[in-house]
Amino acid sequence: MRVCFFVTCLADQFFAEAAADAVRLLRALGAEVRFPRAQTCCGQPAYNAGHWDEARKMAAHTQEVFEGCDYVVLPSGSCTTMLRAYSPRLFEGDRPRYEAALDLAGRSYELVEFLVKVLNAESVGRGLAGRRVAYHHGCHVSRELGVKEEPLRLLEAAGAEVVPWEADQECCGFGGVFAVKNAPVSLAMADRKLDTVPEVDVLTSADGACLLHLAGRAKQRGLGVPVRHVASLLWEAHRGG
Amino acid sequence: MAVKGYKAAARRALEQQPEVREAVTRATLHFDQNRERAFGEVEAEAWRDWAAATKRHTLSRLDGYLLEAEQRLSARGAEVHWAEDAEDAQRILRELVGRYGVRRVVKGKSMLSEELEVNGLLERLGVEVFETDLGEYIIQLAGEPPSHIVGPAIHKGLEEIRALFREKLGTPPDASPEELAAAARRVLREAFLTAGMGISGANFVVAETGTVVLVENEGNIRLTTSAPKVHVALVGIEKLLPRACDLEVFLQLLARAATGQKIGTFVSLINGPRRPDEPDGPEHLHVVFVDNGRTSVLADREMHEALSCIRCGACLNACPVYRQTGGHAYGQVYSGPIGIVLTPGLKDPALADELGYACSLCTACADVCPVRIPLPKQILAWRVRSAGRAPATERAAFRSYAALMTRPRFYKLSGKLLRLAAPLTGAPWLPVLGAWAAGHGALEPSPKSFREIWEEEFEGA
Ligand code: SF4
Repeated sequence: MRVCFFVTCLADQFFAEAAADAVRLLRALGAEVRFPRAQTCCGQPAYNAGHWDEARKMAAHTQEVFEGCDYVVLPSGSCTTMLRAYSPRLFEGDRPRYEAALDLAGRSYELVEFLVKVLNAESVGRGLAGRRVAYHHGCHVSRELGVKEEPLRLLEAAGAEVVPWEADQECCGFGGVFAVKNAPVSLAMADRKLDTVPEVDVLTSADGACLLHLAGRAKQRGLGVPVRHVASLLWEAHRGG
Repeated sequence: MAVKGYKAAARRALEQQPEVREAVTRATLHFDQNRERAFGEVEAEAWRDWAAATKRHTLSRLDGYLLEAEQRLSARGAEVHWAEDAEDAQRILRELVGRYGVRRVVKGKSMLSEELEVNGLLERLGVEVFETDLGEYIIQLAGEPPSHIVGPAIHKGLEEIRALFREKLGTPPDASPEELAAAARRVLREAFLTAGMGISGANFVVAETGTVVLVENEGNIRLTTSAPKVHVALVGIEKLLPRACDLEVFLQLLARAATGQKIGTFVSLINGPRRPDEPDGPEHLHVVFVDNGRTSVLADREMHEALSCIRCGACLNACPVYRQTGGHAYGQVYSGPIGIVLTPGLKDPALADELGYACSLCTACADVCPVRIPLPKQILAWRVRSAGRAPATERAAFRSYAALMTRPRFYKLSGKLLRLAAPLTGAPWLPVLGAWAAGHGALEPSPKSFREIWEEEFEGA
């Protein structure tokens, strides 16, 4: 089983340790992980902004990079959605590229989804016993990929208590180009999430971009809640037993 | 209305009217929870499939169904008019006001009449207009447009309404909501009895029977359409349903999606003016079928499904962007996700250049739309059309971004530069990320990129 890791550009630069934790975990669970060096960005920023010519170039590049991998695993639900659901739309007028996009879509998995659905992991370890966790359902992970229960199951199997959170399904406000073009609204959305976070030890999600947004805002407001990618929590769960 | 404006208006709303955010968030969450519960009580997914298919079918033969409805309505003594645009509709109304010598109009809640700027027209004609829906009456007193398709005044808190009613109607400063409603009712009751014309919209028009269907919770629309001598129904051409039996599901879907009710408190089925043996109803019924941009939406391959909209407001209630600012920030009659999709199509594609980005593409709206309009896909389609008109700096940024991302060696190098430059610049790595980073203080890159960690730790392992 050739598992190719797609770190995603944001994770490569801004949460590299969490991405490394994802690889450590995959390996510990028996997957042979490769890292195709030519990978860059899935193209989602351009796709969401409406700049489809640019998005197409990046998506085509990504197709070539991951040719021949049995699975492509990403520590990001949002970028997985780009491969799974959005990228084919870019090539509707281009048969070979469209088919390549569908093929890649069928092989691409968000990390937690891969652990549960392909590696059939029911638990990665018990090392989170007693930890109180708030889980943010990234919009793409939960609505576009339908990955809702899987991360909660693994966190709970690791002994964590997932504390109910009124706004856990709501958008964090990032949305790529949205956060740039309408920053005040985007920040107000992050505030709504942060204002309703329950008493927990850590705030987590399967989407690093959301976490970056929330963590940045929390820091600026001087809020104390630690923010960690679910890959790091699960790796911790594994190491701790 | 201005082509530009969402950005500035949204910022203003957040900075200057924090109470709007609070009132709107509370109201929309409440509506949304009610919808979720009410959808859970029925086979909602199957209903939505069926409703979407029925609407699609209807829109594909709209001309036939409109003619059928016209025929049935005429046969029962209603007069049918066709308006191509707002000006046309205004001309028809002006003619009717003149024909019947109308001095006073009572109006039921109608988004289409907002689109056609009916109140402004009537006021210019020297005709007094009374909005009879309580929410709509409140914002009429306040001199504001509605901010939500279903709850026009949801952005207003009780205190604000108290102050408004005190000033305009002389109610006591601590009046209860019931007292406020009673004060409005006293004014409106008088209006119902003296108005020469009642104007309504229509939730549905059934082609098979020529029935105008109106749904409400207060009973005011019933009075509006039956007390005055003349009833004018303004109907968007997309409101058609083929058969009377289609109402069974559509009426329930509408109420459940909008407020979580099983069905609206009052449902009026209007088939024509009063007949000789009937005790009440208007002597004259006029139905004005209005296009006003709808046929061009219908002709748009990527947008036509938006005409399936039954104006339930569920997408507004589910929208986390709408929740922050309320509807006025959009600066248009229709706000929220459906507003973003419809407005540029109905009015001017250039409106999408700003409105199209009033969305984080979170897709919550697609989850709730009772007729399964692919709203996020359509909003994105507007963005694709707008991108060509985007500022040169933005286009250049994306071009160089794509160039960088298709050349792995440069990409790697730029990651290195990022880490070197971060302490100096606060690291807006991509030009487009600069503005975002500003809301967060510095975005700090990881001490080592993943690539570097990979080389040190995993390579060959
Ligand atoms: S788009 Fe759908 S959810 Fe929004 S108002 Fe129309 S019918 Fe309701």
